[in-house]
Amino acid sequence: MTLTGTRPVTDRKTTARRRSLWPVVGHAALIVASLAVLAPFFWMVLSSLKTNNHVFTVPIRWTPDWHWSNYVDIWTRSGMVTWVRNTLILSVVITFLQVLTGSFAAYGFSRLRWPGRDVLFLAYVGTIAVPWQAYMIPQFILFSKLHLSNTLWAMVALQAFGAFGVFLMKQFYETVPEELSEAARIDGLSEYGIWRRIMLPLSMPAIASLTLLTFVNVWNDYLGPLIYLRDPDLWTIQIGLKTFIGQYNAQYALIMTGSVLSVLPIAIVFLLGQKYFVQGIATTGIKG
Amino acid sequence: MAASLRRRNALIGLSFVLPNFLGFALLTLVPVLALFYLSFTNWNVFGQADWTGLANLRRLAGDRSFWTALRNTLYFTGVHVPVTLVLSLALALLLNTRLRGVRFFRTAAFFPYITSIVAIAAVWNMMFSPETGPVNQLLGAVGVAGPPGWTNSRDWSMPSVIIVGVWRDLGFYMLLFLAGLQTIPRDLYEAATIDGAGAWQRFRHVTLPGLRPTTFFVTVVLTIGSLKVFDLILVLTNGGPGQSTLVLSQYIYQKGFVQNQFGYASAVSVVLFGICIAVTLVQFLVNRRRSA
Repeated sequence: MTLTGTRPVTDRKTTARRRSLWPVVGHAALIVASLAVLAPFFWMVLSSLKTNNHVFTVPIRWTPDWHWSNYVDIWTRSGMVTWVRNTLILSVVITFLQVLTGSFAAYGFSRLRWPGRDVLFLAYVGTIAVPWQAYMIPQFILFSKLHLSNTLWAMVALQAFGAFGVFLMKQFYETVPEELSEAARIDGLSEYGIWRRIMLPLSMPAIASLTLLTFVNVWNDYLGPLIYLRDPDLWTIQIGLKTFIGQYNAQYALIMTGSVLSVLPIAIVFLLGQKYFVQGIATTGIKG
Repeated sequence: MAASLRRRNALIGLSFVLPNFLGFALLTLVPVLALFYLSFTNWNVFGQADWTGLANLRRLAGDRSFWTALRNTLYFTGVHVPVTLVLSLALALLLNTRLRGVRFFRTAAFFPYITSIVAIAAVWNMMFSPETGPVNQLLGAVGVAGPPGWTNSRDWSMPSVIIVGVWRDLGFYMLLFLAGLQTIPRDLYEAATIDGAGAWQRFRHVTLPGLRPTTFFVTVVLTIGSLKVFDLILVLTNGGPGQSTLVLSQYIYQKGFVQNQFGYASAVSVVLFGICIAVTLVQFLVNRRRSA
């Protein structure tokens, strides 16, 4: 009390006024923004639980019909099982390779000195600024020559050796004190040992965020599978869903069911790893 | 002794980089370089790459669809970048306060970003449905007469795409700004307050300069992302109606993968490539002059 008493009167007045008004304005803004962000998801889930006739009615029906049979129907009417399996295989394999080779290369770029190192790294960084759309054609020709197009291998090769993973891991390694690896070297640990026993465990936050980012990207990739995966047995969930929408273009409820199912796994993965995901992007994004 | 040790170190260094680099060089670096060669040829899918010099470039100059795509790409980028930038910064400032519900919103704002484009397009196309969609029903309810036809109308298709694009990207860039805001030392704000700076002055003289590296990074990433926009448009409007939302990367896809004109599509790619590099360089130079 004595503390507030020492402040000038005008200051106390404005602080008090701001305190009373700000939470109201701030919360109102937050609520409006949340509604704007979440409304399409609400609409998606709501429609997926309606009968098809009730999706578009005037005025809008704000309650679902609890028409759960959409969620049963879609498995029998579409190749959902195949799509989910393919997408899952790709997401897991690519994420594993990206993290493994990316963190391994990042060690070579950040902790060891060798001729040509900086030039090679520049090549990595440079290609991040080049949109994939600009070189997808020569890449496609190359894959065709290697007889890799129309295989899941094409998708793996396409995304497993990304420059982004190397860049992200290197950023993180540079925050680890050099003394740690120096001490390990004196204790007789090889460079591979240092990577395996010291850098990998220390970089778990970076690995977690790279894992989540890669997983989400592969799961949601549309253009890659569109170009490379012609055979329906190889389709991923995005290609499958798009084709499904084309075939059942008047079955709005069912389309929304498929959309919910395509979002659900990634939403769960995101909610579980949300903390790392948000942290990882926040800390690694800026230093670029 | 020293020389052999240095060679050994170089070998170890290379051995770390090689597994990733081999894949990267073969699958990314080589195609990027091959692009320039291809753009001077008339390669189609079964044929031979015949050197045609500047023929593709001359064809581009007279290709009206190409110019439409270029104009639409610049339209999308010119609106999408500033709108996303301002809104995501505003949201980050809002979330940087101690309001209750801030953490919930931080998670919620990210959902559009992790949702696939196909699902996003499906739901927005339904919401934008001119007669029966919820967007126009709501607009009607609040008394808007003659609401737009959204993705079905030539004039509104690009604004529709931009709305969905902003909605999707907001959370990601908000997060980058939020991280940037947290690097600004708190004492700077306190010092400014003591000097009598109001909220706007603190924003103008403390927040904005403190955010400069973040703003630079966000602008570059956002601009490249907007220049290469593709799947959003492909799935939402497929470039239509007419060519009202046709963009460069979609034109590349059409010429290359639909019509098998790889050489010509590569020439369009070189243009996209050039714009991206040029824009990045300009932003880099402007940023350096400002911070100098």
